[in-house]
Amino acid sequence: MSGAAIADPRSLRWLAIATAVVLTVAILLLPLAAVFAEALRRGWEPALEAILDEDSLAAVRLTLLVAAIAVPVNTIGGIAGAWAITKFDFPGRRLLITLIELPFSVSPVISGLVYVLLFGAQGFLGPWLREHDIQIIFALPGLVLATVFVTFPFVARTLIPLMQEQGRDEEEAAATLGAGGWDIFRRVTLPNVKWALLSGVLLCNARAMGEFGAVAVVSGHIRGQTNTMPLHVEILYNEYMFVGAFAVASLLALLGLVTLGAKALLEALARRRMGDAA
Amino acid sequence: MTVEVVNVVRRFGATAALEGVSLSLRPGEFAALLGPSGSGKTTLLRILAGLDFPDGGEVRIAGADVAAVPARERGVGVVFQNYALFRHMSVAENVAFGLRVRARAHRPPEAEIQRRVRELLELVQIPELAGRYPEQISGGQRQRVALARALAIEPQLLLLDEPFGALDALVRKEVRRWVRGLHERLGITSILVTHDQEEAMEMADRLAVMEAGRIVQFDTPRALLEAPATAFVAGFLGEATRLLVRIQGRVARASEFGLEDIAVELPDGEALLFLRPHEVRIEPAHAAQGVVRFVRPEGAGGARVLAEIGGRMIEGISTTEPARGDACRIRLLSGTVFHSEGGQFRWQRQEAWATR
Repeated sequence: MSGAAIADPRSLRWLAIATAVVLTVAILLLPLAAVFAEALRRGWEPALEAILDEDSLAAVRLTLLVAAIAVPVNTIGGIAGAWAITKFDFPGRRLLITLIELPFSVSPVISGLVYVLLFGAQGFLGPWLREHDIQIIFALPGLVLATVFVTFPFVARTLIPLMQEQGRDEEEAAATLGAGGWDIFRRVTLPNVKWALLSGVLLCNARAMGEFGAVAVVSGHIRGQTNTMPLHVEILYNEYMFVGAFAVASLLALLGLVTLGAKALLEALARRRMGDAA
Repeated sequence: MTVEVVNVVRRFGATAALEGVSLSLRPGEFAALLGPSGSGKTTLLRILAGLDFPDGGEVRIAGADVAAVPARERGVGVVFQNYALFRHMSVAENVAFGLRVRARAHRPPEAEIQRRVRELLELVQIPELAGRYPEQISGGQRQRVALARALAIEPQLLLLDEPFGALDALVRKEVRRWVRGLHERLGITSILVTHDQEEAMEMADRLAVMEAGRIVQFDTPRALLEAPATAFVAGFLGEATRLLVRIQGRVARASEFGLEDIAVELPDGEALLFLRPHEVRIEPAHAAQGVVRFVRPEGAGGARVLAEIGGRMIEGISTTEPARGDACRIRLLSGTVFHSEGGQFRWQRQEAWATR
């Protein structure tokens, strides 16, 4: 009888928990630990030195700058997209949903290449850009564009299912009570999705800092100028500077962990606030 | 405040949700829109609320044409089907919402808002829930919050969209009487959308019965029961046994079902015979026409009886309480015949029917 599992659910439960823990440790934590261990193999000092190297610091600054531009752009774009898709009916709605997911389905390398084709010296807009002395490829604008493209779906994709599930009832109720579009958005729609939004923004941020493929195509790998952290890690690694590579990688991982930690902390705070209300 | 809907048409793509609906309400009236799902009643309510707009026709509230005025400028109170309370706001904040979003010039000061919220929560008898969140209160309480929130903007017209659907049967009866009482006290013109005929009959002064995007009949509950305009209205309101009969030479051939023939003033053709339970007498008899199948005792020793005759079930009343399986005789006191091509005839037994 299949009732063995039902007769002793405890063993099944422990089996499930054990599987989850082993997999998490083996697949997620061990490699992460290896990165840190490798970075610190010769102690703190060489690792710190590698990070404080001028090119490394430039990479860190560039990564943070790119994320600081791409994340707000995608937050606003994602909210606008999710709002339009879930709260209004218009022709082309389905198409827009598909388009938002495009960056997930296209390889980042290809999205990078698209920008080179558009803005590169031999590209579609290349001559015009050169005439006006505007540099997009192999410069900050290209890095930002590629990052925005790759990370665009995160905010919209976290918001759309939730907003779809919540429906339009509350917005309609607010309208009958005299609220205008902005009031409805600010007082009803946004507060209802704030935790999902936060989670989307943080995921978007983690990905923006870690993006490799698309950025690699448009960067040009100019040290100290157009190298983001992931690209810098690769260069160091290829030059057999393992301590430096793993030190910068550790810092990058740490930034991701801080993002995750912030997310967990904010969620805990949210729960406690709701608990107080009870 | 008067409400006038004139010839309103609303289409969704090729299908028409409303096909020329007209309705006129007196100030302070409680009206119900009653109909099966898909009959257009919610569409009409949304058009009255300003959440949807007609493709043609006029909507006048208090004399002003509001067909193109959006919800936020109408000042019409709406209680939504699932209440649509703001889930991240406390009960008090939900009620205060309509006051807080007013333009600065018309917004009452904070102390005044607080006072009004307290007043409204007392009106709906839940002042102790002010600090709770919607997910922490019961369905009946949520309904009261939704009502208080809608009343906060001092609407002259209150729209209730299936407001009792989410409540369990016991609470529902109590709440709808309470809502009707509130309507009396406040004197607001109210429109209730429902598919529950019992609810509509009990609450509304007049009922608009809707079928396939049209209002078939708009009248008092009694008039609807006693003089239904069409077979649809007769079938939708109250209980009735429906028999498909042939009319031949001014006689509806109910004898095909083992009943007596009925003299009607309708042309030859097919017709539907409607028999309300109180129009059918079922009594035990030896010369049996039918067999008693179900019995529900009612007051004064009588019973509601479902009898089988000629393979059909007919519901009627009995002055005694027969047992299941008893042989019985079925006499018709009256009935309504709807001709398939329009036209109806109200039939009443001519000779006195001796009741015990």
